[in-house]
Amino acid sequence: MTDTSRVRVERTTRASQVGLLAGLGVVVALAAVPRLGDSGVMRAIIEFITLLVLAQMWNLLAGYAGLVSIGQQAFVGLGGYALIVLADDLGLNPFVAVPLAGLVATMFALATATLVFRFSGGYFAVGTWAVAEVYRLLVANTTALGRGTGRTLKAVFPLARETRELGTYALAVGLGAAAIIAVYLALRSRLGLGLMAVRDSEPASRSLGVDVFRTKLVVYLVAAFGTGTTGALIYLNLLRISPDAAFSINWTAYTIFIVVIGGLGTLEGPIVGTAVFFLLREALSDYGSWYMILLGALAIGAMLRFPQGLWGLVAERWDIRVFPVQRRVRTDVSGGRR
Amino acid sequence: MSLLAVHALSAFYGDFQALFDVSLEVAEGETVAVIGANGAGKTTFLRALAGALAVPRATVVFDGQPVGGQAAHRLVDLGIVMVPEGRRIFPSLSVQENLLVGAYRRRPGPWSLDRIYLMFPVLAERRGQPGTNLSGGEQQMLAIGRGLMANPRLLLVDEISLGLAPIVVQSLYQALAGVRDEGTTVLVVEQDVSRVLTMAQRVYCFRKGAVALHDVPARLTHERLAAAYFGTA
Amino acid sequence: MIWLDTLVQGILLGGLYALFATGLSLIFGVMRLVNLAHGDFSILAAFLAVALVQALGVNPLVALLLVVPVMGALGYGLQRVVLNRLLGRGILPAVLVTFGLSIVIQNGLLETFSADSRRLNPGGIETASLALGGGLAVGWFSLLTFVTALVLLAGLQLLIGRTALGRAFRAASDDGATAALMGIDNGRLYALAMALSLAIVAIAGIALGIRTTFTFASGPDRLLFAFEAVIIGGLGSLWGTLVGGVILGVAQTTGARLSPGWGVLTGHLVFLAVLLLRPSGLFAPSRRVD
Repeated sequence: MTDTSRVRVERTTRASQVGLLAGLGVVVALAAVPRLGDSGVMRAIIEFITLLVLAQMWNLLAGYAGLVSIGQQAFVGLGGYALIVLADDLGLNPFVAVPLAGLVATMFALATATLVFRFSGGYFAVGTWAVAEVYRLLVANTTALGRGTGRTLKAVFPLARETRELGTYALAVGLGAAAIIAVYLALRSRLGLGLMAVRDSEPASRSLGVDVFRTKLVVYLVAAFGTGTTGALIYLNLLRISPDAAFSINWTAYTIFIVVIGGLGTLEGPIVGTAVFFLLREALSDYGSWYMILLGALAIGAMLRFPQGLWGLVAERWDIRVFPVQRRVRTDVSGGRR
Repeated sequence: MSLLAVHALSAFYGDFQALFDVSLEVAEGETVAVIGANGAGKTTFLRALAGALAVPRATVVFDGQPVGGQAAHRLVDLGIVMVPEGRRIFPSLSVQENLLVGAYRRRPGPWSLDRIYLMFPVLAERRGQPGTNLSGGEQQMLAIGRGLMANPRLLLVDEISLGLAPIVVQSLYQALAGVRDEGTTVLVVEQDVSRVLTMAQRVYCFRKGAVALHDVPARLTHERLAAAYFGTA
Repeated sequence: MIWLDTLVQGILLGGLYALFATGLSLIFGVMRLVNLAHGDFSILAAFLAVALVQALGVNPLVALLLVVPVMGALGYGLQRVVLNRLLGRGILPAVLVTFGLSIVIQNGLLETFSADSRRLNPGGIETASLALGGGLAVGWFSLLTFVTALVLLAGLQLLIGRTALGRAFRAASDDGATAALMGIDNGRLYALAMALSLAIVAIAGIALGIRTTFTFASGPDRLLFAFEAVIIGGLGSLWGTLVGGVILGVAQTTGARLSPGWGVLTGHLVFLAVLLLRPSGLFAPSRRVD
């Protein structure tokens, strides 16, 4: 019998230590970008971060909590419109309004959950889509929100362009870092353990005392907050919002592609997926709808052939975990007798 | 020649080995019993025979053909039919429909709805009701009848006495005797040892996934059985 | 009078929705699969009809006779080659793959047929109306669609309730593993179900295309309406799907009569109300389906 006093539960891996250093390096690099004064690069980074956060949130829902939602665009739209209302109509500082818009989205998520949580599986997915459509139509029929034509964010007009760009950029970097750290910490916590148990087996986790319903609800709300805040940020950047764009299914389509190609159920996956997404977009920018066809075909192929995604392949092959969310059991073999 | 010949069958659930080199033979027309404690591998063995488990082709030979690992629905075509553990009656189908679905492959043979109703009159009385409305014993009759509707050459019967009153089990085994008299080959898995000793021509006892004892009932003393069943030295 | 007319229009529209919903309900019942590309397949069928009409100069109703078997074969192949491999892996792969299919079909249609809106013209029948007396008139084609829905539903009910194949569908839906023990080839069975589903939704798509204009992006709304009809009527009940379609249709026509932009939205709101008040639907059988 192995001497159990020599058994340790570990989380850090060599890759994670390297990853931590790399992460710090990335943050430093991102902080330096504004000095270069290239607003094109800043906008690209903002876009990268917004897609990454959307992907992380969807990954949290589907990859960890088993909630396959195709209605997250509801919260992108709600967050965006909440920003307009908070900043233009209620006079709040637009930068402060971004996270507040996320809170508004979360409130709607609570209401949404009372409906869609009555479904499970594939019908849950369609249900979330149906609700997103309802939000879109309601907004498109509301005169105060600009109906089908939408609205423009006017609260930023008094600001100098550089100030607005810098503020948006800083907010984006902050959001990106906060999202990754938050998801990482959540997964390491009890909630995270419960989540992964629920993902693997709902009945089993129930029998162990995990409150499945509450766990799923918390995750749904957290994801809505992240998605809504990102939606607000997107429209702080774009300045112009309309219902068809803000509530478009494309937000979900891009997110799903990113997560599936990158690796579902891992923290590193969405990062890889977003990078691939941007590369493909650059490469295929002249080909219009062929781009979407390829995206769809790749996602289908990934689900059929390598469901663990690109990162999953790498992680399995070389046993790398940059974000150590799992606990590993290590035994010290030196000196012990079996 | 034997109808069913199993050669050194080993089976795994992932990394876990459930069967170790099991060899077994059943001649045409015979009734053979497989007994053993819970977890001894009896159901796993039947599942391997019925196509629910992946095993090497040559380990299971039926009527001279290697059929190991073939899909369940193909084996029914060959005449290997299982009456599964737990009855598994279809709730969306009536009693009669449950019987009819047993004849899905339309194999020719002596069994028909009328003959099943003759054997189990209570099924005729309840023919229009949902299959799961029946009592446990009646459901077991329905499950056996459903299996017979496929006109099997080899009928695999998995634990029919579970949860049923002795008098009900008695009538079930009487029915099985009728099946045997028809010439159908029967392989019965049972926990109730005394039952099978009266109706089987040969008995295999499983323990921990391997054959611990194989003999005719006449030569199975209480001591030999207990030793094989429980592993007492 | 206007309201009676609205009601009748809504009921007939419900027939069309029932056609859309039937295929969805069938495959969910048999193999617990939700096909997110369901609506897009109906639009694909409509575009195929457009192509055939252009190439051969035939009436759309004749094109329908060619398109329906093609779509059926497509469904059979799709299930056998792609979707059967996803069963038993939880809902995520099936949702994602069918969602991916939806994106591919829509964009494929956009590339092939451009973003122009289309309409199928069967030569007059779609505008002809039947006077019912009292000033009330219904379109011939709407009536034809409704009757088609009734006939198909009755046929499907017969198939499922009285034939060996129908018994196999129900058995596989109850317990796939035991169905295999009966000699039922589940893979082939699911493919047949999908073939039926796409064949029926092809009819629905062409009927839609005759009735109104459509574009490459019209698919997702069809899926939503089909889904809503199924939920309102109750899972597991074919006739419930018809009633669900009718309720949805009436809600939409009523809402549109109140205010032009509110038709679809009213339908959605009625759907949500049913979901809140009677989540199992109005006609769900006592057996729980999930």
